[in-house]
Amino acid sequence: MTLDALQIDPLALAAIAGMALVTYASRIGGWLVIRRLVVSGRARAALEAVPGAVLAAVITPAVLATGPAETAAAAITVVAALRLPQLAAIVIGVVSVVILRAVLY
Amino acid sequence: MRDGAIDVLPAAVAVVPFALLLGALAAQKGISVPEMVLMSATVFAGSAQFVAVDIWREPVPWLLLTVTALMINLRHLLMGASLAGKIGHFGTGTSLIALFTMVDETWALAERRAARTKLSATYFLTMGLILYVNWIGWTGLGAALGGLIGDPSRYGADFAFPAIFLTLLVGLWQGPRTGVAIAASAIVAALVYLSFEGPWFIAAGGIAGALAGAVIGPADEAVTETVE
Repeated sequence: MTLDALQIDPLALAAIAGMALVTYASRIGGWLVIRRLVVSGRARAALEAVPGAVLAAVITPAVLATGPAETAAAAITVVAALRLPQLAAIVIGVVSVVILRAVLY
Repeated sequence: MRDGAIDVLPAAVAVVPFALLLGALAAQKGISVPEMVLMSATVFAGSAQFVAVDIWREPVPWLLLTVTALMINLRHLLMGASLAGKIGHFGTGTSLIALFTMVDETWALAERRAARTKLSATYFLTMGLILYVNWIGWTGLGAALGGLIGDPSRYGADFAFPAIFLTLLVGLWQGPRTGVAIAASAIVAALVYLSFEGPWFIAAGGIAGALAGAVIGPADEAVTETVE
């Protein structure tokens, strides 16, 4: 292992600190405000939609804008995830993208 | 203590391959072992860390990473709110420590426990501590080993992220309402991705999904809300 692999970059440190702060805030936030505020109705629906929406946004370029192999492999992964354990579906997705790339490109 | 350890064991074992994979992918992005260990020890949130490693690049976009982590972790607000009444007897200091270890798995197990019997701080903290040490250890080991693997796209490892997130999405699915939020997010994310430099399409998609969720409204409270 080189010395480089043991270093902490200042910007990386800032990113980790920022992520740690907002994550802890999210963990204690609901507990802190619950006695004063009940999140319900549309605000609750909006909050509940966020994690799925963010995950969907993250993978949009890879799934829709990379190529037919990736789009097809994404569809295969979803079908596999509906029937199989999560890890099995991931392995099937990765294997299918390798095969599809070899066939299509 | 024994109950907490036994109940959390399957989750601790199941997370090992994901932790190794996260560490390995992080190493390929140039994240060092100390950085990975520090991130796991302070953030301790699987989905947020996978997303962070996915969008990680040089120079490190710390603001974007922070905003994205916040959006991914918004669900914690609801989880903490639902736990508030069940950990009311913990005391403030213990609650602040217990909530640091609240992840999807410990939250779900604590909810199940609270439905059967009184939720003890020992039970909750035992689960949290086991998952915490487990997560730091395996993600750190993954980062240490990950640099040895080489070009990830050769064996499709670059597709591991989309595959992981797709399976998480399937797990989050709660009917057509989820589908509309996901579709709104994907459409806006695609448009922003094609129009603007940088990964702001993630925040844009997240906001579009939240707005879609608000427009559709809650599953069971829609009627009472319009009455109010």
